[in-house]
Amino acid sequence: MKKKFKCDIDCANCAAKVEEAIRRLDGVQDAKVNFMMQKFTLEADDDRFESILQQAIAAGKKIEPDFSVEL
Amino acid sequence: MDQKQARQLRKILIAAAVFLLLIVPDTLQTFPFAGKTGRFAPALYLIPYLLCGLPVIRKALLGIRNRQVFDESFLMMLATFGAVVTGEYSEAVAVMLFYQVGEWFQDYAVGRSRRSISGLLELVPESASIERADGSVELADPDDVAVGDVLVIKPGERVPVDGVVLTGESMLNTAALTGESVPRHVREGEQILSGCINGEGLLRIRAEKAFEDSTVSRILELVETASEKKSKTETFITRFARVYTPAVVLAAVLLALIPSLVTGDWGTWVYRACEFLVISCPCALVISVPLAFFGGIGAASAAGVLVKGSNYLELLARLDTVVSDKTGTLTEGSFRVSEVCPAEGISRTELLRKAALAEGLSTHPIAVSIRERLNEELPDTALNMKLVTDVDDIPGQGLAATVEGRMVCVGNDRLMQAQGVECPAVTDEAATVCRVAENGVYLGTILIRDRVKPGARQVLAELREAGVRRIVMLTGDSRSVGEAVGRELGVDEVCAQLLPQDKVARVEALLAGLAEGGRLAFLGDGINDAPVLTRADVGVAMGSMGSDAAIEAADVVIMDDDLKKLPAVIRIARRTVRIARQNIAFALTVKLAILALSALGLAGMWTAVFADVGVAVLCILNSMRLLRRRNGAKADRI
Repeated sequence: MKKKFKCDIDCANCAAKVEEAIRRLDGVQDAKVNFMMQKFTLEADDDRFESILQQAIAAGKKIEPDFSVEL
Repeated sequence: MDQKQARQLRKILIAAAVFLLLIVPDTLQTFPFAGKTGRFAPALYLIPYLLCGLPVIRKALLGIRNRQVFDESFLMMLATFGAVVTGEYSEAVAVMLFYQVGEWFQDYAVGRSRRSISGLLELVPESASIERADGSVELADPDDVAVGDVLVIKPGERVPVDGVVLTGESMLNTAALTGESVPRHVREGEQILSGCINGEGLLRIRAEKAFEDSTVSRILELVETASEKKSKTETFITRFARVYTPAVVLAAVLLALIPSLVTGDWGTWVYRACEFLVISCPCALVISVPLAFFGGIGAASAAGVLVKGSNYLELLARLDTVVSDKTGTLTEGSFRVSEVCPAEGISRTELLRKAALAEGLSTHPIAVSIRERLNEELPDTALNMKLVTDVDDIPGQGLAATVEGRMVCVGNDRLMQAQGVECPAVTDEAATVCRVAENGVYLGTILIRDRVKPGARQVLAELREAGVRRIVMLTGDSRSVGEAVGRELGVDEVCAQLLPQDKVARVEALLAGLAEGGRLAFLGDGINDAPVLTRADVGVAMGSMGSDAAIEAADVVIMDDDLKKLPAVIRIARRTVRIARQNIAFALTVKLAILALSALGLAGMWTAVFADVGVAVLCILNSMRLLRRRNGAKADRI
């Protein structure tokens, strides 16, 4: 399943770092953090999507404390 | 300015005020206890430092914990700590303060450019009114509209999904999609696209596509992902930054150690090394390039041109050859009577009427164009087909029909020769010639042709001004027609009688013959030319709003069929690339110069801060010129 969210990310560099970290999570097929459009796209396994999403947000926050996703 | 920015600005202002309160007496040396050497200095300067620097330190520590050490927060922390160690408390605060001001400004500028782009894209309809079978109207989310649903669109509402008008008539404002300010008239049976704003009339439409497949969603998707396709310049600068920062940090370490060990003067050299650390931040470099391209894409979409990636802007800026399709792209693609030349003693309308009657109610383009012309010259003419008997089709020549008891022949020169009718010569080579004779007597000639789009010639001239060296026209038409149109337009080369597959081969040959570094764009209407669009360096499809195949295959989509937008988007591309280059050159020059000055001890920490945030801010301002030109871009639309 692929879903798009509005997100808050402060700089281009952090966006790249957050994206990289989320991609490495288990069950994530693809992730994009678009700094310019402030959009977060997550593609992950259907049955665990919600939990993966939460993990992804946590992972993002760890790298960039100001990263947040509008659910 | 959003809430977060307002909060941040408040913090910076308070910190700045406190800092001023400290530094003014310090410089005037009124309260020596707070000065550089004063006992309370560290504690006092800690107040503004923490006020604005705490988030930076937190981020730096988090970075270290996540083993992503070399980010700017870390560098700023190190530099300011270094300044403190060497006793430069006020400088530590100043650096942090300036860094935060720069960051704030950066954030504000990016937010502004982002908003001005999403402003153009505020096409997203908020709701849809679905008419149920029992006639009741239900307000729903556009996402919930199913294909086949009947929707009601009130005046002033946005069309939620692509559909076909069932009843009603209105003027649609398509500006958000096409950049075209003249509203489009729609009535029953016509297709309408999501994102347009309904004018005065009430429309009932049948949904043809789900929301996520509708034009609006597709466009949003395209523009959003466009900034993900990185330009070469951007890739270069990101890669460069990855080397630059560690290199400067290493230089800083060496600068702190070696001369200090030699001279024993640790303070001076550690301080200079801290300047190095401040300058080593790559942010100005890293932000300036994508922001310029983002601005370019925004400026283009404001003009109704979708550029599907930053890289295409880069290619457009280096365009050498433009290959264009003829029919429907450079010409209108519909046949019209261009000239009516009756023989002496025959009236124009008589000639047209005879020809129209003989051609009957055929849907052949020639017949249709003659009927249209007759209707223009004599409005509301109804052809009395009872007057026509015995129509005889003569393949490859024309036809002969008995009209009002006389034999009327309509066709080409061969038909006239066969009938023994003498005709005057025709000068327009691009036209299809249609002769008319009655009972073996020449009545006149009707010339039918596909018209060159108004302004097409001008557009080609503009392309040359924009740096295009060669313009090639491809057509499936005969050589004589192709060449005549080519001359009329002023193209450099015409390739006629091409089958669709020949076009690809032709473009490949042209690609192979390109000058070093030159790029080739193919311009087509997106119908049947998907392979060529893909093959060219830049495939430009025009007039293809709503045509999925074209939007898919093309790299640049001109939303309406206005040719003028091609030179406009090339100009935008050139400006974008120029600005990106200026930014890189400026940032690098200033940084290297100040690095050199710092090493020699000629620049202070303040100059170093300028090399970091000052340069970043100037680069951002430079990039924003592209967006500010958005209003000026109207001149580009003409």
